[in-house]
Amino acid sequence: MDLLNTLVQGLMLGGLYALFAAGLSIMFGVMRMVNLAHGDLAVVAAYLVLVLLGGTMFPLWLVVVVTLPLFAVIGYGIHRSLFSRSLKAGPLSTLLVTFGLSIIIQNGLLEGFSADTRTIDMGVLNTGAFHLNNQLSISYLGLLTLVLAVAVIAGVQLFLSRTRTGKMMRAVSDDADTASLVGANSKHLYAIATAIAFGTVALAGIMSGARSSFDPSIGPAQLIFAFEAVVIGGLGSLWGTLAGGAVLGLTQAFAAHLDPSLTILAGHLVFLAVLAFRPQGLIPQRTV
Amino acid sequence: MTLLEVENLDVHHGQLHAVRGFSLAVDPGATVAVIGANGAGKSTLMRAIAGSHLPTAGAIRLDGKDITRLPAHRRVAQGICLVPEGRRLFKSLSVQENLETGAYRAGTGPWNVNAVMELFPWMRERARQNSASLSGGQQQAVAIGRALVANPKVLLIDELSLGLAPAVVKQMYALLPRIVERGTAVLLVEQDVSQALAAADLVHCLLEGRTVLTGSPHDLTSAQVEQAYFGLAHAGGGPEGN
Repeated sequence: MDLLNTLVQGLMLGGLYALFAAGLSIMFGVMRMVNLAHGDLAVVAAYLVLVLLGGTMFPLWLVVVVTLPLFAVIGYGIHRSLFSRSLKAGPLSTLLVTFGLSIIIQNGLLEGFSADTRTIDMGVLNTGAFHLNNQLSISYLGLLTLVLAVAVIAGVQLFLSRTRTGKMMRAVSDDADTASLVGANSKHLYAIATAIAFGTVALAGIMSGARSSFDPSIGPAQLIFAFEAVVIGGLGSLWGTLAGGAVLGLTQAFAAHLDPSLTILAGHLVFLAVLAFRPQGLIPQRTV
Repeated sequence: MTLLEVENLDVHHGQLHAVRGFSLAVDPGATVAVIGANGAGKSTLMRAIAGSHLPTAGAIRLDGKDITRLPAHRRVAQGICLVPEGRRLFKSLSVQENLETGAYRAGTGPWNVNAVMELFPWMRERARQNSASLSGGQQQAVAIGRALVANPKVLLIDELSLGLAPAVVKQMYALLPRIVERGTAVLLVEQDVSQALAAADLVHCLLEGRTVLTGSPHDLTSAQVEQAYFGLAHAGGGPEGN
C-alpha cells in the first residue's frame, strides 16, 4: 500500500514536470531552440496570477483563463522581435539571448516582488484530496496537474498531426527553405510554436505556484527538471516528454521514500544514466 | 500577354556572379526550358524566380506585376511554385501530408490533392506512407504534385531528370503536356538536353550565367545546341563532322 502511494505521488509529480517540459519540448522539436528562460517565464506567470488576484475582483479561473492567452501573445511577440533574430545568428546566440532574458526576468521580479516566498491560493484545490483509505490519498491539485499535462501534450500532438498549421509547422521544421516554396512563413509558424510553449509554461508555473512556494530565483531549478524530462523522454518527442516527466517524478518519489535527502540526487542520476546508456531517450523522435 | 517576364536579371551566389543579364518570357500555356551544363547558373536562376535567392539587379514580373523583391512564401499565392532540385520532400510527413502542404497558400484552379492522385494513381495506396520510403521517381512525382496543388500559374521545375532512371524520366516528361493542358505554364531547367528539347516550345541555353542561344527547338540544329551547351567557340559556320 505504501508503495502504491509512492507510485501515485510520483506520477502526479511527474505530471507537473511533464507540464513544465512540454513547452521546452515543443520549441526544441519545431525549431531546435533551447529556451534557458523557460523556468523563469513560469515564475512570471505565477506572479502575474498573484497580481491579478490581488488587484482585481476576478475569480481564480478567470485569472488563469486570461493569463494563458496573454502569455501566448507575449510569446508570439518575443519570438518575432527577439528569438527569430537570434535563431538566424545560430544556436549559441539563442542560448545567450535566452540566458540574458532569464537574468533580466529574475532581477526584474526581485525588484518588483522582493525575495519573499509566495504561493497561489487556490482554496480547496490547495489542500483537498480524495482519501481512498488511510495510506492512499490523491490531492486535487496533483491529479488536476497530471490531467492537464496529459491534455496539453495530447492537444499539442493532435494540433501538429491534424491541423493545417500544425502540418506546416512540421514541414518548416523539416526544411524551412522548401516550406517557403509552398507558402510557409517560417517566422510566423515558429512564433506560433513559441506562443504555444509560453502558454503551456504559464500553466505549469501557475500549477507549480499553487503546489509549493516560489520566489524570483527558482526559475533555473524548474528549468533543470523540465530539461531532464525532455532528455529522458527523447529530444523533440512530446509523448517522450510525458514519459520522461513520469520517470523523473517516480524516481524522486521512490528515492524520497527510501531517504528524503536522496530525492533530487536520484532524479539527476537517472538523467545521467539515460544520457550515458540511451542518449536518444525513451521515445526518440521519429526520424527516417 | 506575357505571364512571367524576367528582365536583365543578375544574381550573385556569394562571390560568384551566377546569372548575368538574363532575360526570358513565358507565355500562358507555354513550356519553356533552360538548358545548360552543371554550374551554368540554372538552379540559381530558378531560386531567384521563386524568391529563395534575391537577385542583385534586374526585374521579375508576373502578370505585369513586379515581384522581384517579394519573399518566396508570398510568391506562392501570386502564382509561382518551384519543384526544387533533389525533390526535397518533407521527411517526417506522409505522402498525403506532403501534398497537402501545397494547399497552404494555394491559388484557385483545377488542382487539389485528389486531382494529383488521379494523375498518379499509385499515390492513393501509399498516401499514408512516409515519403522517405518512396523511390526517386515517386518522390519526384510527389514533389511535382505538391507544387501543383498550389495551383501555380507558372510551375518551375528544377532538374526533373536528376538521379532518375531514363525510363522514369520519359514517364515524367510524358506527363508535362497533361499539366500544361490544364492551364499551367511550365518553366524547367534541365541538364538532359534531348528531353528538354522534346518537351519545350522555347529553349534558352545558359552558359556561365548568360543566354548564349535561344529559339524554338524546331529551329535549332543539334550542332548549335551542342556548341552553346559546351561553350565551344564559333569557328565560322559551325563544327564539322561528329
